[in-house]
Amino acid sequence: MSEILLQIDGNEVKAAEGMTILEAARSAGVTIPTLCHLEKLTPYGACRICTVEVDIGGRTGLFPSCLYPVAEGLVVRTRSDRVDRIRKMILEWQLSHAPDSEQLKDLAQIYGADKDRFEKEPSFCILCGLCVRYCAEVKKKYAVGFNDRGPKREIAFIAEVASKECWNCKECFPLCPTSYAQAAYVLTEALAFPGRASEPIPKE
Amino acid sequence: MPRINSPAELEEFRQNVLSKRDPQKPCISICTGTGCLALGAAKVVTAIKEEIKKQGLESKVKVKADIRETGCPGFCEQGPLLVIYPEEICYLQVQPGDAKEIISETILARKVVDRLLYSGSETDDKIVQESEIPFYKNQKRLLIGNNIKIDPKSIEDYLVVGGYKALSKALCEDTPERVLDQVKTANLRGRGGAGFPAGKKWEFTRNSREKTKYVIVNADEGDPGAFMDRALLEGNPHSVLEGLLIGAYAIGAHHGYIYVRQEYPLAVENATIAIRQAEEYGFLGKNILGSGFDFTVHLHQGAGAFVCGEETSLLMSLEGKPGEPNQKPPYPAVKGLWGKPTNINNVETWANVPLIINNGAEFFTSIGTEKSKGTKIFSLVGKVNNTGLVEVPMGITLRDIIYEIGGGVPGGKKFKAVQTGGPSGGCIPEEHLDIKVDFDELAKVGAIMGSGGMIVMDEDTCMVDVAKYFLNFLTDESCGKCSPCREGIRQMLKILTNISQGKGKEDDVELLQEMAEITRDASLCALGGSAPNPVLSTIRYFRDEYEAHIKEGKCPAFVCRDLINFCIDPEKCTACMICLRKCPADAIIGGKKQIHVIDQEKCTNCGTCYEVCPPRFAAVRRLSGERVPPPVPEEERTIVGASKK
Repeated sequence: MSEILLQIDGNEVKAAEGMTILEAARSAGVTIPTLCHLEKLTPYGACRICTVEVDIGGRTGLFPSCLYPVAEGLVVRTRSDRVDRIRKMILEWQLSHAPDSEQLKDLAQIYGADKDRFEKEPSFCILCGLCVRYCAEVKKKYAVGFNDRGPKREIAFIAEVASKECWNCKECFPLCPTSYAQAAYVLTEALAFPGRASEPIPKE
Repeated sequence: MPRINSPAELEEFRQNVLSKRDPQKPCISICTGTGCLALGAAKVVTAIKEEIKKQGLESKVKVKADIRETGCPGFCEQGPLLVIYPEEICYLQVQPGDAKEIISETILARKVVDRLLYSGSETDDKIVQESEIPFYKNQKRLLIGNNIKIDPKSIEDYLVVGGYKALSKALCEDTPERVLDQVKTANLRGRGGAGFPAGKKWEFTRNSREKTKYVIVNADEGDPGAFMDRALLEGNPHSVLEGLLIGAYAIGAHHGYIYVRQEYPLAVENATIAIRQAEEYGFLGKNILGSGFDFTVHLHQGAGAFVCGEETSLLMSLEGKPGEPNQKPPYPAVKGLWGKPTNINNVETWANVPLIINNGAEFFTSIGTEKSKGTKIFSLVGKVNNTGLVEVPMGITLRDIIYEIGGGVPGGKKFKAVQTGGPSGGCIPEEHLDIKVDFDELAKVGAIMGSGGMIVMDEDTCMVDVAKYFLNFLTDESCGKCSPCREGIRQMLKILTNISQGKGKEDDVELLQEMAEITRDASLCALGGSAPNPVLSTIRYFRDEYEAHIKEGKCPAFVCRDLINFCIDPEKCTACMICLRKCPADAIIGGKKQIHVIDQEKCTNCGTCYEVCPPRFAAVRRLSGERVPPPVPEEERTIVGASKK
């Protein structure tokens, strides 16, 4: 692995080939906010909150740092007017769905996002996909997935799988930035297997 | 079936086919493309066949006529279309009942049936030959010109018009490098939307060190109102295959896919037949034409997601995963299908390749503008007299397309805008109609070439409604993976809906612009990246319409239902009862000799009364942004004699 030299927020940063900007930044102690990123998982690039400004080939572009590979001489700005505007707006959009998410509220303070800017549409889920991807990639159980597309997209537990796999796992709950994963699970359980929650947990 | 093993055998076979065909023998070409089929072309074909039997033509060897069921030549407005060769007599809007006359008059008596000919609106001169009809005359039909001359299900028809000559030339006379050079020199730019130079794209894939490479035909044409690629794949599938084969040779790929949306059943059918025939004849498979080059093709049907026209989503779909995009880089040229270098071009781009190889790069660069060469097919639709497919040289003006070819706006209405590039494109107003159509000029005025959709809009079109329409479309089609596209489109649509309902706020236009910018800059793929274009371009040129909606509660085009009202002018109403009978909401009060009055409480603003009121009365008025005048008091509604009381 050869060493790559790039610039992040004005400082020279050494990175290894194959690293992403996000990894390089974190290794250098620079914080870039993320909502859909988890080290154990394949980068997804869906929340776009980690968008940074990159100078490349004489041009400036906006790219998700979680997916953009480092390259020699890259100039990266993790904060700029454009970057901050993007983060602020994305947070405001997401807060209309999950106004009580601690993670969103903390970021909203940093970027001056107004949680009441957009009319509330409480879905409580920001579709980061952490639960879906964790279940698929790490646990390989596929107990939770995406339904539908566009603004109608939602996560849903597949009752038949969840009833077998989720009892002793529930590892996706703490990953969820809004605690919706747990709610969706409980809802599935209540609808598909009414009364079961009060029963003792079956042994493996 | 003969397997053709060398260029010499190909030419020998071609000559053999040609020798069996008598160019003087009448041939009736009937368009059986999707448009004409919808207009009843299949019944016309049956009627013509029956008529030939009935009139005993089958036995008369001398005058036996061939019937050719072809793809779309473009003039969909006037379908079903029929052209009789060798005279090239063009009949329009042919009905099964016309079959008898066509056979007895034109085929047997060699006379033209006048009433089926084209006649322009200005003069009554009938035009006999297809190529003389203004709609066709002003085009340059290098790609779709062959559609009416060949049966897409017949490889021999394709060979007759010079098919697979370019393949033979490329494979057996040129090196892959030289083929690539020609496409680069021709400066063929991708016809799918972005206009990226195809040669450069090929080179990226070619230069990749991976051994396995793929080439793909993107036939997932999804823009509302666009059907260029459908017409090519339905009407001349071998030309697309030939282009793909030549590209594969230049790139060094030995396997290809045609990714076609399943909503194009005829394209699927014809392309499938073409692949099978090409395999039988040896244009696909091992050692093609004795060149040592191997290539196979599979056809894959898309499941109906617009976003799968975006190349990374297409690849996901092809791999059997949900059609959702991935971040670029890495580009498909580096990491594409199954992780291997992959070159994706759309149907029209591939179809241009044989043309370049046959005629040389200089021929291709002699057509078009400095940076956009060759022709482009547009689907000209909307408020224009001649709707259909038009193929024009790059650099033609929008005005020429709409007026010379399209015949202008129908019904004496005023032109308002032309929308190019589909949901990713923009609306261009009258003031820019003289720009030269190419990739860069369209971008300068805030639109895009896109894949070639061209929707003409007249004065009755509301630009807020247009923006709303496209965002509505994108709401259904956004995959929902990334937040800026999913949320940005959702929020922009909400605001547009509010504006169209008279609930717009003072700073809504600025908010739309702000959200448009974030959606454009932060979205994962081109769908989100270009989704704001319809909003931005309508604001750019028609901001006054937005403001009229917001500030005056007025829809100047009388489209937004919540902002319009209808009322009946008591001075003009003759109590004819037409609107009263047609009103679907029973909202019209009146009777014989009783002036009609609209009950505004019941009225749904559907506009039926406005449409059915005879023009000589024109008693129904549209209102927007103004109060509805109080109804005539009941005691004053009676009409006595010819005058009103």
